Amino acid sequence: MTSLVKSRLIKFFLSLIIVLIAVLIIIFNLRENIIYFYGPTELIKNSDKQGQIMRLGGLVSVDSFQNETDSIFYFSITDGENEIDVKYEGILPNLFAEDKGVVVEGVYMNDGRFIANKVLAKHDENYMPPEVIETLKKSGKWQGE
Amino acid sequence: MYIKIKNNHIELIKSANPYLIFATIFAFVIGLYYSLIQSPPDYIQGDSMRIMYIHVPSAWFALMTYSILAGSCVLWFITRNPLFNVVARSIAQVGMVFTLMSLITGSIWGKPTWGVWWVWDARLTSMLILFFLYIAYIFLWQAISNKELASKISAALAIIGFINIPIIKFSVDWWNTLHQPASISKLSAPSIDVSMLIPLFIMTAACFLFLVTVSLIRFRLVLIENKMLRTSSL
Repeated sequence: MTSLVKSRLIKFFLSLIIVLIAVLIIIFNLRENIIYFYGPTELIKNSDKQGQIMRLGGLVSVDSFQNETDSIFYFSITDGENEIDVKYEGILPNLFAEDKGVVVEGVYMNDGRFIANKVLAKHDENYMPPEVIETLKKSGKWQGE
Repeated sequence: MYIKIKNNHIELIKSANPYLIFATIFAFVIGLYYSLIQSPPDYIQGDSMRIMYIHVPSAWFALMTYSILAGSCVLWFITRNPLFNVVARSIAQVGMVFTLMSLITGSIWGKPTWGVWWVWDARLTSMLILFFLYIAYIFLWQAISNKELASKISAALAIIGFINIPIIKFSVDWWNTLHQPASISKLSAPSIDVSMLIPLFIMTAACFLFLVTVSLIRFRLVLIENKMLRTSSL
């Protein structure tokens, strides 16, 4: 290794470390903004989030879904520990279902309820053909809903 | 000059390895047959999940190509061997196309699945940044007329931009994102059924062949470009 290559190598790694530190500082400071949505427990813990426009994500609680009319819906979002009641007026995405992932955007009210103006269905990482689900359910091996 | 480049283009495509081109087309035909016909729909998403067969390989190779790009830029910086510069410039365009493909197909998938075309979550945003990094790398090199300087600046950009790659990869684990976490990882059994893994792997092989075929054509083009730059600077 020539001394020129060696000095380039040293300069390269020094600048790499500096850039890495810079990026870490940026990410660390922006982490509040990078989070796309909060879970129910996080929202309940931070009461200063009340009255603000937020995104809330989790599973739609089983047996919580009610519709007042064709376009006004009530449901709860749970993360297994806490629940937040959501009111939503609009059209639900096709994949919206109880016990499935969902992200809602709207206002976290002072009384702890959530008024959503946008509902996004969150898909999980499982891909299965319908027949496989049927067999899994029959054999009792299905871990899902 | 323009006509010369255009003629060179035609010569290049003629001189491309015919076996590779045939293999690429063959792999895509088989892959598309398995993706669109010979595989079951998903139990929730139905047929729209078939977009995954092109979306996932595109995204994988978008990341892989950028890693090779940044790697060759590092090697070029240290050794100043022009070969690494040529390699980096050969694969940049293909990587950009893969990134654009994964963004477009993801958007088409997002509309029926999530209910929106686009959200600014960490995964989608970092992928868009990757697309801009590719464009910036390509344009910076073209825009600076002093090619020695152009190579230095664009290589520096590519290396700094590499920090985005682990961010894209782990964004779904580090932060709450709308995008789901990876279905296939080395440490655990894939959460995709085998009948859906077969078309995914054939399409991955097809995309890999596409990457190699186009990069080799680009490699020859970049060599010609270098030769022309040398003659014009005399």
